[in-house]
Amino acid sequence: MAIWLDENSKIIVQGMTGSEGTKHTRRMVASGANVVGGVTPGKAGQEVDGIPVFNNVQDAIAATGANVTVVFVPPKFAKAAVIEAVDAEIPLAVVITEGIPVHDTAEFFQYAVNSGKTRIIGPNCPGIISPGVSNAGIIPADITKSGRIGLVSKSGTLTYQMMYELRDFGFSTCVGIGGDPIIGTTHIDALQAFQDDPNTDAIVMIGEIGGDAEERAAAYIGKHITKPVVGYVAGFTAPEGKTMGHAGAIVSGSAGTAAAKQEALEAVGVKVGKTPSATAQLMREIMSKG
Amino acid sequence: MDLYEYQAKELFLKHDVPTTPGEVCTTPEAAEAIATRIGKPVVVKAQVKVGGRGKAGGVKLAEDPAEAKARATDILGLDIKGHTVHRVLVAQASDISEEYYVSFMLDRANRCFLAMASVEGGVEIEEVAANNPDALAMIRVDALEGCTEAKAREIVAAAKFDAKIADQVVNVLMKLWTVLVKEDATLVEVNPLVLTPEGQILALDGKVTIDDNAAYRLESYEGMVDREGTDPIELRAKEFDLNYVKLTGDVGIIGNGAGLVMSTLDVVAYAGEEFGGMKPANFLDIGGGASATVMANGLDIVLNDPEVQAVFVNVFGGITSCDAVANGVIQALELLEKQGTPATKPIVCRIDGNNAIEGRRILTDANHPLIEIVDTMDDAARRVAELAAARKAGK
Repeated sequence: MAIWLDENSKIIVQGMTGSEGTKHTRRMVASGANVVGGVTPGKAGQEVDGIPVFNNVQDAIAATGANVTVVFVPPKFAKAAVIEAVDAEIPLAVVITEGIPVHDTAEFFQYAVNSGKTRIIGPNCPGIISPGVSNAGIIPADITKSGRIGLVSKSGTLTYQMMYELRDFGFSTCVGIGGDPIIGTTHIDALQAFQDDPNTDAIVMIGEIGGDAEERAAAYIGKHITKPVVGYVAGFTAPEGKTMGHAGAIVSGSAGTAAAKQEALEAVGVKVGKTPSATAQLMREIMSKG
Repeated sequence: MDLYEYQAKELFLKHDVPTTPGEVCTTPEAAEAIATRIGKPVVVKAQVKVGGRGKAGGVKLAEDPAEAKARATDILGLDIKGHTVHRVLVAQASDISEEYYVSFMLDRANRCFLAMASVEGGVEIEEVAANNPDALAMIRVDALEGCTEAKAREIVAAAKFDAKIADQVVNVLMKLWTVLVKEDATLVEVNPLVLTPEGQILALDGKVTIDDNAAYRLESYEGMVDREGTDPIELRAKEFDLNYVKLTGDVGIIGNGAGLVMSTLDVVAYAGEEFGGMKPANFLDIGGGASATVMANGLDIVLNDPEVQAVFVNVFGGITSCDAVANGVIQALELLEKQGTPATKPIVCRIDGNNAIEGRRILTDANHPLIEIVDTMDDAARRVAELAAARKAGK
């Protein structure tokens, strides 16, 4: 049906009583997501639109059977919130929060790895959506429909752009993995899951400057992915040494350039579009062939 | 944020990393005074955030205060790879028996930290990595466990430091790890770490990068921000809390979301090739939930960049509603008019997604002579490049 998020997903929202948390809880519910609870320390017993609030993740899981948490907690408290979710052994934690110090992310990521119980998506990401099925995060639901393309991207708005361009074909799942230097779920994780998903026929992968995640994804595609993949890389004109919006988007010396990423992807047969629209067109051709 | 060497060394001192005493200054007279206070031969070092300053004449030895003054006169104002030297560090000179390399950094790929060490320091570490990789020890450091004494000994053994200095290097490594953690650094590098003839280990140079996301919890952060080294438009954008980077080009760019804006720069640069090499003048991300006010501030910043000939507003409304974006554009133009500095540069808008029809209607109804609406990102990029080239040629 989809990857990581399906009709069995029961979602709680950490930070639901905050303004962003409330706003996006309503949007998730409106798009059909099964949001079963919220977590704000000290606010147990309250409700947001009839959805119960709990003091901690463990109580929320005990009462609702939740298996996904979406974290909207401010940067200062994000590490504690994620560690609490991992301790409660929630299978999926989607961390939307932007601006978390990378030392904190490195710690809670390692904590989740050690526990072996929790997959983290993000931080600094728009979340994950399986259109028409469920929605965990801030991705707008009404710009596309359900279909058989899988999408993995570091960027939020490029995710939306691509979902919209290919709305006539639709998506199984779209995952925004986030633009921070350390992220819990990588391009490779998503590629692997889409490869194994019987309801995904082809994959769009969107990358950007910084690090070498796209190069490693390319190597992985060459070895393990048999479904067609088209790619897009943003940041060809980015100057060296400047952070372009995302904390992780920086070219350091000759490392992390868009050109190197495109080259690595093309070397394993991935078609890379020159613009988002050209990329959508490449996918359109693949899907039209059937 | 990359720090200057003198700032890195201030952090070293704060966390008891052994280094040479010194002070930073901006005039030759002050350099002379510092050398007098030190009372021994000194090194005068250009403070620039770029490598290779030694070869460029930015590091000089001085035997006495008069010579320190003369060397500071030579170095201050020097241009090193496009960076003007505004400050010099005057530090006690030290005799060197051997030069080593040590660093800790964030390892993005493995999502942990990485320690690197080599007994072949003093040269570019990339050269050692390329020519003699066996001489560079690379050891994973777990984010939760940190650099314990056992880990530091593992690094020292892997890099084959002499047993006589092992304890001292272990101590330095543990102190540098403290710098990394307490100062929220993503890089702490010492090259060279030296052994003096007296058998002492000292950090002679330092390179530190601080995680900007941690600024809120670092008391020393604000004081280390380099205002004179920052573009004035970037400083102004920062006051508005805008995510702006100045580039060199003719087309002003405003978009929402870092990825989309990076992509917009690329698309404009491609389109610009047809029109005499028009390039993006800036990166400006007004964010996922941009309001009319944010758009107005952004447009104000971009229109006031004298290099900008035309502006491209490229918004995909995901969470942002396109009517808010359109209202922001109109408000900004009205505001500029009221201030007596009406906009004169063409603005090409491509808005799509959430409430796009209403957004386009607002712009169409405004019937502003400077605004053009183009349906797709690629076509809009061509049009804005064309307009920028025409305006530039007409000047």
